[in-house]
Amino acid sequence: MPPIIFSRERGRPVGDVPAVIPLLLALLLALQIGWRMAQAPPLASPVALAAPPPPARLRLYALGDPVALSRPLMLRLQVFDNQPGISIPYLQLDYQAVRAWLEAILALDGRSHYPLFAASRLYSGVPDAARQRLMLDFVYRNYLEDPLGRWPAMTHAVFVARHRLRDLPLALRYARALTDHAHEPGMPWWASQMQAWVLEDMGEREAAQILLGGLIEHGASRDPRELAFLKRRLHLMDKNPAPPADRSSLP
Amino acid sequence: MINRASRLSPLVTLARHVLLEALRNRLCTVLGIGLGAVLMLCEFIGGVTLTETAETQAGVAAFILRLGAVFLICLLIVAGVAREFHDRSLEMLLALPLPRYVYYTGKLCGYLLTALILAALAGLPLLLYAEAGRVAVWCASLFCELAMTAALCLFFMGAGPQSTVPLGMTAACYLLARTLGSMQLISRSPLLEDGTWTQETARILLDLAGLLLPRLDAYTRTDWLVYGGGGAQLVPLVCQTAIYTGLLVAAGLFDLYRRNF
Repeated sequence: MPPIIFSRERGRPVGDVPAVIPLLLALLLALQIGWRMAQAPPLASPVALAAPPPPARLRLYALGDPVALSRPLMLRLQVFDNQPGISIPYLQLDYQAVRAWLEAILALDGRSHYPLFAASRLYSGVPDAARQRLMLDFVYRNYLEDPLGRWPAMTHAVFVARHRLRDLPLALRYARALTDHAHEPGMPWWASQMQAWVLEDMGEREAAQILLGGLIEHGASRDPRELAFLKRRLHLMDKNPAPPADRSSLP
Repeated sequence: MINRASRLSPLVTLARHVLLEALRNRLCTVLGIGLGAVLMLCEFIGGVTLTETAETQAGVAAFILRLGAVFLICLLIVAGVAREFHDRSLEMLLALPLPRYVYYTGKLCGYLLTALILAALAGLPLLLYAEAGRVAVWCASLFCELAMTAALCLFFMGAGPQSTVPLGMTAACYLLARTLGSMQLISRSPLLEDGTWTQETARILLDLAGLLLPRLDAYTRTDWLVYGGGGAQLVPLVCQTAIYTGLLVAAGLFDLYRRNF
């Protein structure tokens, strides 16, 4: 039976309630509010990203529906840098744990490109070469398992290696991985041009524009929020241009 | 009203009353609040995602709606049957010239109708995030899952007027049926130390449970909503549902015919 205050029933008049009960109610309500106000406000303290549980246990937690679990796990990882009352820079995140979580999420839903997108677009944006390489390596290894489904993230990995890491041999290696599968149906024609694109002496902004245009033209980026995110990144690039690549490291 | 009801067969009358009881128990209000909350959560999620927005929204909504529908049907059955025990209306019904199987199947038919409504309503918010065909397949599978859960809950409610034990038993069986596939895989993992009697016993028990329970992890899968391809798997699921619901009805009737009131 619901409390009378939530019920359509009119109930007895308030005057029928013994006077001590409303008094007690008001007193205890005031006490409760006073108690809460006397307590110190919660302090924000950063929590480290722990390693994910083993894949078998994650599947158990999914109650037989791994795709459904992979989605909130990805969102949790994505917003992990924004903990209550505190914002942790990506540089302070344990990237080994981030990679392990991305692997675990991809194992739950192998057809999703969200983990690869996050690795290539989000986590590789950190100004730390070791962390960038870790993320690019994650994208590269998983691209090799499903080139047709995962090439969009790989194209951006080439871009990061070329323009952010300024590691031309690595960029060429990644571009070659794309070119190797360029003949397969479903791959865009310009994937075969990635090696030339790496070697061409173009600015970061121009390269990013070409990449974005290619992705939109091929229909790889249809989600409006993804497009907005990519355009925002392009806009940020205008404000903070990276220095030109060092071509002396070419083999 | 009474004349029209009396013309209907007792089974239909019982089913109709179960449905009426569910509707008058503010099922629509609870569903309205629940669906509204799920929609709000999905819109919040839509503001956080960077890519695959609709897929993420569909995945999260499907997970919550499925569990919510299962919880709601169990709650309706437990509350309805417990009330019949307490009001002694069950004894009155069984005193009428009415075979016990009519009472049992009539009740179940009513709960199946309620499950059908629940499954259809659970699909409504998903239409915003997934194709209608995929949602239809998901709803059909959810109905099958709810039908088996309803039959299971009604079977456990035969034990008496208490509600905690049947609810707990149904929840335990549901969770076991959903995680059984993963648990069997873990029990056969080569990483586990072989030969200990506890592991062997656990493996045997899991295999036995696998024979007695349906594989619920094959039902109402979120990947059908996100990637499609569930239609082809629907026929075996419907067959499994028919077999298992029939088995539970037979077990429930066996128990009901032996019971003294």
